[in-house]
Amino acid sequence: MIPLSWYLYLSAALFAIGLYGVLARKNAIAILLGIELMLNAANINLVAFWRYTDPAQMAGQVFAIIVFAVAAAEVAVGLSLVISIYRARKTVIADELDLMKW
Amino acid sequence: MDASQIIFFLSAALILVSALFVVTARNLVHAALWLIATLFGVAVLYVLLEAGFLAVVQVVVYIGAIAILFIFAVMLTRRDLLSQSSQTNANWPVALGVSALSLAAIAFIARGFGFSLDRPLAPVPTDSLERLGQALVSPQQFVLPFEVASVLLVAALVGAVYVAMNKK
Repeated sequence: MIPLSWYLYLSAALFAIGLYGVLARKNAIAILLGIELMLNAANINLVAFWRYTDPAQMAGQVFAIIVFAVAAAEVAVGLSLVISIYRARKTVIADELDLMKW
Repeated sequence: MDASQIIFFLSAALILVSALFVVTARNLVHAALWLIATLFGVAVLYVLLEAGFLAVVQVVVYIGAIAILFIFAVMLTRRDLLSQSSQTNANWPVALGVSALSLAAIAFIARGFGFSLDRPLAPVPTDSLERLGQALVSPQQFVLPFEVASVLLVAALVGAVYVAMNKK
């Protein structure tokens, strides 16, 4: 059987990769891709802890479903913002969106 | 090493390799396709954790909706993607350091809890999907977060349509 810590290490690695993507990528859509990776890492943790503590209590799965809903909302709003910015400024590079830079 | 461990290692390798390609691919369409591979690996992990409903939701919602939405957004903003000299900003070494540090910190914390290798697992109840549905709508449990999530989805839908609407 698989020890719980393997899931935790895997999700830590996935979270770190996503964090690198969020911090290092230039393109705003790529930043959103990194956020998706981080949300998935959190979800692996939630479901793993649900399985390894008390599977009769559904709290872990409910948390994971809420994360799904929030991820869907985040992607819809984020991508519509990116498309709207692209229409106005003709760029999706996060460094060039410095309209409010003082 | 039993079968579940082999499946775990295969899906972990799929998840990590494709996640690395997601954050390093120059072409964003390729990055979105690698994201689909990552999400599929996570769905396999859900099956391994006996959360079959979540695996189905992962495939339907993440791969079927979110990844396709990403590909649409990439197509709509395609023009200045491939001509870029570099896909990472000037701070990428700092980003690498921060993410390596956070990996080390999380792994250290996970190690410190000392989860033992042969901890006996409680069996998943056969009616776990029924329990999940009841937990989501039961006033004693999670009906409030459930309703808040649905309000959030409506707000996000209306907001996304309004923001992306062509106002001319």
